[in-house]
Amino acid sequence: MGLRGARREAERAAAYTADQLLRTGGILRRTATTADLRAVFRTDQDVNDAPYRERWAHDRVVRSTHGVNCTGSCSWKVYVKDGLITWETQETDYPSTGPDRPEYEPRGCPRGASFSWYTYSPTRVRYPHVRGVLLELYREARARLGDPVAAWAEVTSDPVKRRRYQSARGKGGLVRVSWQEALEIAAAAHVHTIAAHGPDRIAGFSPIPAMSMASHTVGARFMSLIGAPMLSFYDWYADLPIASPQVFGDQTDVPESGDWWDAAYLLLWGSNVPVTRTPDAHWMTEARYRGQKVVVVSPDYSDAARFGDEWLHPHPGTDGALAMSMGHVILTEFFVRRQVPYFTDYVRRFTDLPFLVELDERDGLFVPGKFVTAATLGLGGTEDGADGEEAAWKPVLLDTVSGRPVVPNGTLGDRWSKRGEGRWNLDLGDLDPQLTLYGPESKAVSVLLPRFDGEPPAVRGVPVRELAGRRVTTVFDLLLAQYGVGRAGLPGAWATDYTDATQPYTPAWQEAITSVPAAAAERLARELADTAVRSRGRCMIVMGAGTNHWFHSDTIYRAFLTLLLLTGCQGVNGGGWAHYVGQEKVRPYAGWQQLQSAADWVRPSRQMAGTPYWYLHTGQWRYDPHGADALASPTGKGLFAGRHTADLVAQSMRLGWMPAAPAFSANPLDLGRAVQDSGHEPDEWVAAQLAAGKLRFACEDPDDAANWPRVLTVWRANLIGSSAKGNEFFLRHLLGASDNARAEEAPPGSRPRDLVWHEDAPRGKLDLLLALDFRMTSTTLMADLVLPAATWYEKHDLSSTDMHPYVHAFSPAISPPWEARTDFEIFHTLAARFSELAAGRLDVAYDLVVTPHAHDTPGETAQPGGVVADWRDGHPVRPGRNLPHFTVVERDYTAVANKLAALGPLTEERGMSVKGITVRPAAEARWLAARCGTARSGPAHGRPLLDTDVKLCEAILALSGTTNGRLAAEGFERLAERCGPDSGFEALAEAVHERRVVFSDTQDRPVQVGTSFEWSGKEAPDRRYSPFTVNTEHRKPWHTLTGRQHFYLDHDWMAELGEQLPVYRPPLDLTPALSAGEREVEVRYLTPHSKWSIHSEYQENLLMQTLARGGPVIWMSVADAEAIGVADNDWVEAVNPNGVVVARAVVSHRLPPGTVFMYHVQERLVNVPRTEATGRRGGVHNALTRVLVKPTHLIGGYGQLSFAPNYYGPTGNQRDARTVIRRRAQEVQY
Amino acid sequence: MAQVAMVMNLDKCIGCHTCSVTCKQTWTNRRGTEYAWFNNVETRPGQGYPRRHEDQEKWKGGWRLDARGRLVPRAGGRARRLARLFANPELPALDDYYEPWTYDYDTLISAPLGDDLPTARPRSLIDGRPTAVTGGPNWDDDLGGGPDHLAGDPVLQRLNERVRLEYEQAFMFHLPRICEHCLHPTCVAVCPSGALYKRIEDGIVLVDQDRCRGWRMCVSGCPYKKVYFNHATGKAEKCTFCYPRIEAGEPTVCSETCVGRLRYLGVMLYDADKVGEAAAVPDERDLYEAQLGCFLDPEDPAVVRAAEATGIPHDWITAARRSPVRDLISTYRIALPLHPEYRTLPMVWYVPPLSPVVDALTRDGHDGEDPAALFGAIDTLRIPLSYLAGLFTAGDTAPVEAALCRLAAMRAHMRRLNLGEDRDPAIAHGVGMTESGLEAMYRLLGLAKYEERY
Repeated sequence: MGLRGARREAERAAAYTADQLLRTGGILRRTATTADLRAVFRTDQDVNDAPYRERWAHDRVVRSTHGVNCTGSCSWKVYVKDGLITWETQETDYPSTGPDRPEYEPRGCPRGASFSWYTYSPTRVRYPHVRGVLLELYREARARLGDPVAAWAEVTSDPVKRRRYQSARGKGGLVRVSWQEALEIAAAAHVHTIAAHGPDRIAGFSPIPAMSMASHTVGARFMSLIGAPMLSFYDWYADLPIASPQVFGDQTDVPESGDWWDAAYLLLWGSNVPVTRTPDAHWMTEARYRGQKVVVVSPDYSDAARFGDEWLHPHPGTDGALAMSMGHVILTEFFVRRQVPYFTDYVRRFTDLPFLVELDERDGLFVPGKFVTAATLGLGGTEDGADGEEAAWKPVLLDTVSGRPVVPNGTLGDRWSKRGEGRWNLDLGDLDPQLTLYGPESKAVSVLLPRFDGEPPAVRGVPVRELAGRRVTTVFDLLLAQYGVGRAGLPGAWATDYTDATQPYTPAWQEAITSVPAAAAERLARELADTAVRSRGRCMIVMGAGTNHWFHSDTIYRAFLTLLLLTGCQGVNGGGWAHYVGQEKVRPYAGWQQLQSAADWVRPSRQMAGTPYWYLHTGQWRYDPHGADALASPTGKGLFAGRHTADLVAQSMRLGWMPAAPAFSANPLDLGRAVQDSGHEPDEWVAAQLAAGKLRFACEDPDDAANWPRVLTVWRANLIGSSAKGNEFFLRHLLGASDNARAEEAPPGSRPRDLVWHEDAPRGKLDLLLALDFRMTSTTLMADLVLPAATWYEKHDLSSTDMHPYVHAFSPAISPPWEARTDFEIFHTLAARFSELAAGRLDVAYDLVVTPHAHDTPGETAQPGGVVADWRDGHPVRPGRNLPHFTVVERDYTAVANKLAALGPLTEERGMSVKGITVRPAAEARWLAARCGTARSGPAHGRPLLDTDVKLCEAILALSGTTNGRLAAEGFERLAERCGPDSGFEALAEAVHERRVVFSDTQDRPVQVGTSFEWSGKEAPDRRYSPFTVNTEHRKPWHTLTGRQHFYLDHDWMAELGEQLPVYRPPLDLTPALSAGEREVEVRYLTPHSKWSIHSEYQENLLMQTLARGGPVIWMSVADAEAIGVADNDWVEAVNPNGVVVARAVVSHRLPPGTVFMYHVQERLVNVPRTEATGRRGGVHNALTRVLVKPTHLIGGYGQLSFAPNYYGPTGNQRDARTVIRRRAQEVQY
Repeated sequence: MAQVAMVMNLDKCIGCHTCSVTCKQTWTNRRGTEYAWFNNVETRPGQGYPRRHEDQEKWKGGWRLDARGRLVPRAGGRARRLARLFANPELPALDDYYEPWTYDYDTLISAPLGDDLPTARPRSLIDGRPTAVTGGPNWDDDLGGGPDHLAGDPVLQRLNERVRLEYEQAFMFHLPRICEHCLHPTCVAVCPSGALYKRIEDGIVLVDQDRCRGWRMCVSGCPYKKVYFNHATGKAEKCTFCYPRIEAGEPTVCSETCVGRLRYLGVMLYDADKVGEAAAVPDERDLYEAQLGCFLDPEDPAVVRAAEATGIPHDWITAARRSPVRDLISTYRIALPLHPEYRTLPMVWYVPPLSPVVDALTRDGHDGEDPAALFGAIDTLRIPLSYLAGLFTAGDTAPVEAALCRLAAMRAHMRRLNLGEDRDPAIAHGVGMTESGLEAMYRLLGLAKYEERY
């Protein structure tokens, strides 16, 4: 018997013994056993299962949710035991969506599920903190001077002291102070800054109001009362799909995720739904079971890709080429080879395709020019206003029946004019818009159409007709030419067929650019259009940051939207675009808007566009080495020649296109006083001063100390860690901290023409960075003053999203622990201290407020024709036309706290305007007075109180149409007056007018909102929200020039960039190749949203770090890792001129070679060693980016291309970055 | 007897790990169980957690048939197990799980003025010393680690065909795992202290915290590695199927918080006398059918009488009739057991995932509206059938293919209804179902209302 045999024998014997024991035991115990004696059932013996019962036991469950930076708006149960928060699970009580579809329950994600970790975590901010160096300086000056404001003035204006505390930023040394002292410092800084520099040198930054509306509102309201600008965030985040205002005249309006269910065909394009829309992803997985086809377009094999019936992986940033080729196929097969009545009817009624465009001669050929308007053709006549300007806002089309050019109803000319009353609608009456001029006898001319694939412009024929001595064609005919869809007899270069790779935009042409097989592009287009025919428009594209964060994302999106508009999918349930990138739908919009801008007390407020603000104030403009014409089209007129992007920014500000903060290189309180003293109208006074050269725009010398921002308050946000594109430049110029940037400044000759260049760029512009937070972030680490905020489980607030149609409450599960306070309380106590210090220092002041021409106001008709009439170039100065608007407002700085805590009278007196509709909530003001009580004395005497967070929430709900049907109904009545009686708005008003949501409803359970003039879609229990259904079902115009969805944009600057029509523009390639040495690779650097965080939040959360890799990582392909000898989990460094990142590598074959991912906002906070490159702490995803401004985003004063906060403005895009990656020494130093 | 069982529809799992976090927060975020995840989610292919836990050659979990065809724990008979009580080589070490860590968070607030930004460096939760993070409970999430690492997946290694782990052919899905609450649990059988028990009333397998002596034989015995050793109390702990909630009529935490809405809970009646026999069928590919054979039909009057006789309450019998788990397992036969070859007769079953067609199909210009092409032919799915069979059917691809075909048929059938087209009964018949059967299955999987999931 060998060893093995012996063992077997021993085991056999042991098994036999065990069996015998079991058998005996069975007999002895007299308990039930199975026949084979394998299992014993015992009921005679006690077990101790108490520990788990005790563990599960809890005292109460409180409904709350997670605020800001996440758009999930999920309702959660927060468990409390012995007065401590223990954990959270999701609520499941959303109102039903109906018996024939899935429900919203449960919404949530692992990030939210780990939130309670923060409550008692070691990174919790428990007390107010100030940087020790600053505190020492302040206390010394305070003691010596005996005055907080004088102390602040001295510390910040003494260059040595200033440098001392600014250079300590971000280097630790925070010390605990009392609330009293912290508030005194903050209040003193505000008072001093307003007195010395002006309120527009202060700014507030707090994004995504929908996710904790009261917390956002209270701070924004404080800023608005003191006259400080609020900085926009949606455009700055590059989440704003700038194509939306361009095409729809709407910021962003998208379907709730429940409407994905209605789609018959779903494209997930650059959107990783399971990761970034975790609570909503189930609608996609479930809709597949209803027979929906899902196609995923993504460069990596993503969490979403695994659900796709097909996965297409174009090279990053080339998505537009794929979409353009799909447009080529759809136009060819569904518009030229055959016509589909559903499609042609849709585009005629709801798009600008039939409108006429003039062709301008250029070098013997033609280029697309301006829309032909009633003014062009002299159709207006005297009724169109004295100067005929109204006619300039009335584009025309040809009527098939009469063959004559006519102005249809619903153009911008009908929106604001007296004569347009009742006519601003999409009723065509007897009109039959002619889509094309192509016909047996049509004449044709050759048009130059730019292409950006490295080839010269295409020359292609379009059919034309002569009108009033001008050659005109339709947008549709231009579109066919642009897409390269030929028709017999038209001159020019056309593709022979789909396999012709030489001509844009064939499927074969795109294959060479994207790597997506031509056959796939072709089939996808056909499938999409075919499904749209059969389902009447139920095809949807979910588009995400993967396609939206690019410099040229507007061109990518316009190519997407073309597919949806051509196939009649927009404004249809289950169809259209579904843009989910940082969306922030404040469903109770009107109330939030009114209160956060303090429009109840003072109008107008200052609203600043984020990107130009940071571009100028962080000095990033100094590093742009190329001219503004680097991106211009060869078909342009050379408008940007010899100019720098910063010149265009300055021009947009002086023309009133974009806002400016600060506006002038003088204190606006001094200017306001001067206007007041002069007895002139502000417009008149400013125009005269400018003409005399006595007044200078601050944007023309941003580095002059007179024009610096001085105080910045960040709450509900992590600006420095999360959204600071060009992070190292923020540190260097704005904060004066240490940095890792090595970029060269623009050499002489490449510098701005209109801006003053200081040889020594300022370091440390900000006097005070004030941060409110409950956890430590890059912003709190850099801040001079950190105030401990309550978490979202510690306060009352409201939440809504566009992912679902409900509003629901935050509630305190516990009181804020340690010395934490709610944002609401912090701003109220700050306002109180501020008002005290203002007495005798600021008192009552007159503030000259500068506002740009705003969208959805008559200001959007400031600059007819979309031409640049700069007064600097000799055009007459006309405030409100080619200058901003100017207003002098009175500010009683001693009354700020009182006004913050009460609803002012202007709400009833002057009404609330949202999207051009004004409603007067007198009834609501009375209701609020009864509900909330009134101020007994002081400046707000008799006004309804907003002195608690609950009352503020109550006011937001009471003053919004979505939650107060009476206001919605009033808004629809106003709309009916403008749109005419046949639009059916009375019925809509009737349907909604009795709906009412109060705060306690939202505490009980999420409540569905109602249809309102605030949004473009309809809400009902039996249908899901889909945008623009009000437009398609009630014939209401879009808020654009033609009143229709726009394919064509005729502004001068659009033409200059060659982007009048959808076009393919590749990812930016402005920087020279980064030298990649041995064991280095140069790669495209993408920063998609992470699975383990919501931006920076949760990134440092121990649970999330445990499920991830324990620190910052860069995902790279197997090939790139091999090329530099990197194994999984090795430390690597990514270096480019903007900065350095040190991280561990995650090697994976799901990444394509040549591209790396550093998931969004991996900060320096956790597990980030010093770099080899600089010896300093590396990291932050934005260390390798620098913001670049696209000129077309600066346009203003022209229809839908007009400013409104978070609506139109340059995006802080960051996707076009490249970097070198190398393996570094594996021994790291912290 | 009656058992509360679970089915997870992997075709809906988005890999978000919400279940893991809510479970961890509720049950194991305490000292001694830092590394323990009663519920975890694995990316497949991948090594899982603890690493390579499916390698029973190494860990010797579950049962095997001895030379005489009798079931013995793979870890050996009682004698062998007793001999190894104090030095058990089949016990995963900390590295096989991971060394839990935290960070010096406090430094972010308290760091004195220095020359650079403070950062919180990692520190071991075991010995408190600075550490480097080299492993975690979800290390290969979303195919992290690359082909070399992922090739260590034991299921992949057992495949006969070669699977390419390359960009264009990439495939993955997510596999949430909890204790299987087996009908034939090895952990219970191998415990020297009799501390593990399977509750008679609902089949939940628990560790009696008073009786446990910390021998850890259960850790070795469990082939799913779902029993953990609490190093602070010295006792074994495991998923409790949230019995305090189940007893109150609430779903488990992992089920209710699943945002993919993919977990189903329900009662299964089974014949306890058949269990031993079923676990001992000679061919491991017959285990799936054998386990199905143990389940009893609650509509059968004889079964109801017998159940009532053994004291199963009426409402449990009603629950068994309405059990969504039974529908998925027995009626539609789209749910399959995880690793039946371990012979523990697991009671957490899985609907296998559909997956997109490989690129090859994208390249030809076939008719997009042909249902087979629209949703991909089953034999061209990205995830190799054999891989799924390696997980669910001991390598037999036929049941997996049948389940996937039923899912695909449901989609094709519903697409016609969605687009208002004529029905085609051939679709349902082709997969052995009726149209109303497909529609009922659609309702359960697609609408998945709360009250029908649990």
